[in-house]
Amino acid sequence: MINPTEYVPKSFQPRVSTYWWLGRWAYAKFILREVSSLFVAWIVVVTLLQIRALKGGPTEYAEFQAWLGNPWVVILNIISFFFVVFHAVTWFNLAPKAMVVRMQGKRLPGVAIAAPNYAAWLVVSSVVAWIVLRGLK
Amino acid sequence: MNQRSNEPFLWLLFSAGGVVAAMLLPIHLFLFGLAFPLGWLNGPGYERLIEILRHPVTRLYLLVFCSLPLFHWAHRFRYTLYDGLQIKHLNELINIFCYGGAVLGTAAAIYLLWSIP
Repeated sequence: MINPTEYVPKSFQPRVSTYWWLGRWAYAKFILREVSSLFVAWIVVVTLLQIRALKGGPTEYAEFQAWLGNPWVVILNIISFFFVVFHAVTWFNLAPKAMVVRMQGKRLPGVAIAAPNYAAWLVVSSVVAWIVLRGLK
Repeated sequence: MNQRSNEPFLWLLFSAGGVVAAMLLPIHLFLFGLAFPLGWLNGPGYERLIEILRHPVTRLYLLVFCSLPLFHWAHRFRYTLYDGLQIKHLNELINIFCYGGAVLGTAAAIYLLWSIP
């Protein structure tokens, strides 16, 4: 006697289109968020190049600055800026979902967790800008 | 053999890198990549920047700034390749490329920051 389930493939995995995420905004947003990591890596690489140029001396740093002014690099940096801000916003908005804080037995609303993140973002960015623009003195 | 997964550790690096990338990268890119090259703001000169860079706290800061976001990239990009392009069968190659890249970037950051005169 033939067992009817015997010939069913053990792992039936229908092939999903490579462009499955284009169909819905929520899916596209998910992939865009993943892609933002490429721009994160790019910014780190630029920073490493900047440190290397600073280490190399004033002439090398001037060359690095000229490279940063190249229209293609500027365009890439504008795109990177949007992606990294997109990463930041989605990251902070996700914080309440990853972190459940209870106070007096009640769950704190998401805003109470996301808002301090935004506040910290503002403060940290201001401190960095202050030091870069004014120096350490 | 009961092998423990190193996924939680990698996820921790991803998560910490995500925080650093969200908090610090936008302002750096805005200043050095946009505001200074496009002339919106007057950037600091070489002497001022190298002085900031020589400070030990700055070096530590920049090490964190470079390293953790690279591990964030490694983890996320790995899944971008899995989900977006569906090339999960290249699993090992992707892992070597992603985490190897993050380790190399960290090594480069340590070397550069260490060797600043």
